[in-house]
Amino acid sequence: MDGTHDMGGVKGFGPVKPEPNEPVFHGEWEKRAFALTVAMGRPGGWNIDMSRFARENRPPEDYLSKSYYQIWLAGLETLMIERGLVTREEIETGKLVISPKPGLKPMAPHEVVPAIRRGGPTTRDPTSPALFAIGDRVRMKDIHPATHTRLPQYVRGHVGVIELNHGCHVFPDLNSLGKGENPQWLYTVRFEGPELWGKGSDPTLSVSVDAWESYLERP
Amino acid sequence: MSEHDHHHDHSELSETELRVRALETVLTEKGYVDPASLDLLIELYEKKIGPRNGVHVVAKAWTDPAYHARLMTDATAAISELDYSGRQGEHMVVVENTPALHNMVVCTLCSCYPFPVLGLPPVWYKSAPYRSRAVSDPRGVLADFGVTLPETTKIRVWDSTAEVRYLVLPMRPEGTEGWSEAQLAELVTRDSMIGTGLPRQPGEAA
Repeated sequence: MDGTHDMGGVKGFGPVKPEPNEPVFHGEWEKRAFALTVAMGRPGGWNIDMSRFARENRPPEDYLSKSYYQIWLAGLETLMIERGLVTREEIETGKLVISPKPGLKPMAPHEVVPAIRRGGPTTRDPTSPALFAIGDRVRMKDIHPATHTRLPQYVRGHVGVIELNHGCHVFPDLNSLGKGENPQWLYTVRFEGPELWGKGSDPTLSVSVDAWESYLERP
Repeated sequence: MSEHDHHHDHSELSETELRVRALETVLTEKGYVDPASLDLLIELYEKKIGPRNGVHVVAKAWTDPAYHARLMTDATAAISELDYSGRQGEHMVVVENTPALHNMVVCTLCSCYPFPVLGLPPVWYKSAPYRSRAVSDPRGVLADFGVTLPETTKIRVWDSTAEVRYLVLPMRPEGTEGWSEAQLAELVTRDSMIGTGLPRQPGEAA
């Protein structure tokens, strides 16, 4: 979706403000929000692309007024409410209204370290040969999916060069909708600054994105 | 910040804090989460999974040519040799700075970041100013960090739009010939591994 989360090249946000000696978490609630989100992945059964869609699919004023972990929290609430795991009333009152969904197991303490160390690799066996080779010129399709995509607006319609081939990866646009993994070849595509930002661009700049094969066409 | 603003921020925070507490209560009572697992997750990212891991990788690459070669060929495997792997670092690529090329990493769409080697991302990395400007005005972003590069240095920005995670291998500072891996590790900063900073110079205070 062409949402507020898609920030590449947007003007007016001001300077970057690094925080000296920044702690890992700012306050207790951030710790719990982080851990709850990670731990709910198991009983919740959603995938990372569904999580990202739940976080980004909100009005601009909501997205921009929330901190990072507030967005995580809002995304988590959406995913749980959609699946009937909790109700809005329960979240607001802290009191149970509906019984737990049967058969869902929490992440047990002994499973924490192995789960984090394993992560969730997204590479899959190829089912077709790669359409593009390293060095090929490609154009990013000018498409505007209404739902989740990882094709940023600032590269759409622009021509770049294939620089790396990462093998076949789960395709987020469909995986976020629960329509299966549909793995596709994933490439790093490099663009020169002026191609993206016009004649005024820093001439020393190049930018790359990682792009699934169906985002690309021959120029 | 005025007293009023401060108070306003504080009460907003409390509202979120209450909501998170209520949520944890409900999810625990329903048997969806085990609070002991939450404590472990927090401890893991506060104590074990942080930029020290990336520092280890960089300092080793600076001192061990064979490791450097493996890191540049298959970063995921080379990083996992040092026992760092997993969530948000499943598919790693290391990009190396040279006198002619400076690399910088961003995620314009959310805040993807290589957790196993750098830990959880700092607030600025997740902020709109960084995500919007890193790809169009990286020299301006570097200026916000007090870094100026020569005008002729090429700048390469890697937007992490998929599940590949990038780690910058900064240039080993001059004047460190014969230094041990442990000595060099003192020079590696988190920001130098994102590309928004440079390593400390010998003699520069940590």
